[in-house]
Amino acid sequence: MTGFWESLWQRRAEIVALTGQHVVLVLVSTALAVAIGLPLGIALTRRPRLAKPVLAAASVIQTVPSLALFGFLIPLPLLGGIGARTAVTALVVYALLPILRNTYAGITSVDPATVEAATGLGMTRGERLRLVELPLALPVVLAGVRIAAVVSVGLAAIAAAIGAGGLGVLIYRGIATVDNRLILAGALPAALLALAVDGALGWLERRESSWRTT
Amino acid sequence: MRHSTGAERSDPPAIAFDDVRKSFGGRTALDGLTLSVGAGETVALIGPSGCGKTTALKLVNRLLDADGGAVRVLGRDVRSEDVIALRRRLGYVIQEGGLFPHWSVEENVAAVPRLLGWKEPDRRRRADELLAMVGLAPDEFRARRPRELSGGQRQRVGVARALAADPPVVLMDEPFGALDPIARGALQREFLDWKRRLGKAVLLVTHDLREAFRLADRIAVMDRGRVRQIGTRAELERSPADAFVKDFVEQGTA
Repeated sequence: MTGFWESLWQRRAEIVALTGQHVVLVLVSTALAVAIGLPLGIALTRRPRLAKPVLAAASVIQTVPSLALFGFLIPLPLLGGIGARTAVTALVVYALLPILRNTYAGITSVDPATVEAATGLGMTRGERLRLVELPLALPVVLAGVRIAAVVSVGLAAIAAAIGAGGLGVLIYRGIATVDNRLILAGALPAALLALAVDGALGWLERRESSWRTT
Repeated sequence: MRHSTGAERSDPPAIAFDDVRKSFGGRTALDGLTLSVGAGETVALIGPSGCGKTTALKLVNRLLDADGGAVRVLGRDVRSEDVIALRRRLGYVIQEGGLFPHWSVEENVAAVPRLLGWKEPDRRRRADELLAMVGLAPDEFRARRPRELSGGQRQRVGVARALAADPPVVLMDEPFGALDPIARGALQREFLDWKRRLGKAVLLVTHDLREAFRLADRIAVMDRGRVRQIGTRAELERSPADAFVKDFVEQGTA
């Protein structure tokens, strides 16, 4: 095993650089998915009849195998092509569902008596959303963001197949050269990254739900 | 206290229902409700479940809108003014308090002042004042969350919140219904004390006749969307309008 750690150490500069690319892919795509999914989820709570078909459509999209989705995106103008932009598009598509679904579920699960109290006291719809519904839904929304971000860490590894960079580069190279040490050099940091993202967002989630228990 | 322009003009009632009708789908909830609550008066709406009492209350702050007739607050049709402004001028006490679980006691009490744009120090001062009035030591309770309170304490916070912006008219929907008998008794006693000091007009919905007798100046016995009889305790006991009222009063006080 000493050989493995040595080879890791020798590649440290490359690993750090690829980890950086990986983090950027995940951050950018998760941020975009929040920017799209959160308002869309809120809009769905105002139009309940649309909620079911939209959530169903988002679920179907998620069943498309990621490698296939990357392939489909390559010929598309603007969103597609070869490189990081296509990867971000695909990651946003996958991250959207958990964020959308949890935003919708979080807001619709706020106690109707609390919502009625807010209305009865004279809050406008905007005030009710900002002061009551969103803060109470936040732990559920954050759980969705956490799932989206952790899934993105894994999916971003596949994005190397279309030249997006990231830790997948080492994994693909390892597969091509039948070199397990190389595969691990990509997989190990990716796994640690997923754990770190999970832990950080889990902490935030618990902090934002402190009103439940304390 | 109140300004009157002349002897011939009397103040409008705090709340007036005038031949109000409301139905949900095919089910009639209110079938020509006519009732008024005078300035400084407490009127209780009571009756079997489904009699329309909660519907009537929610028509006042427009959580519901009537199908016909008119509801007036201090002489103005509730549908003629901005619904948000109307609600902020009405105190609203809800069963089990209806507190915002993510806000501290102080933030809950200062909710309406905050919506009205009061400055932070004024909100704090007002919250402390009201907490003291409802028997919760401000230093001990202002930072707590609703989860850390007993049912009776939550209900006190709910009352304080309703009174925070000093509304002339207060609506109470089963305010003490979820409490144990001891806490309920204590809150009822204090309610009478707040009433005496503040002189608000109160419309109270309850299913408990003893509570209605204890708290209200007049009691409206409702059945199937109509008022069967409205009167003081003595009037309802001595001369019930019909067999329904007679039974209701006898069973409710047995």
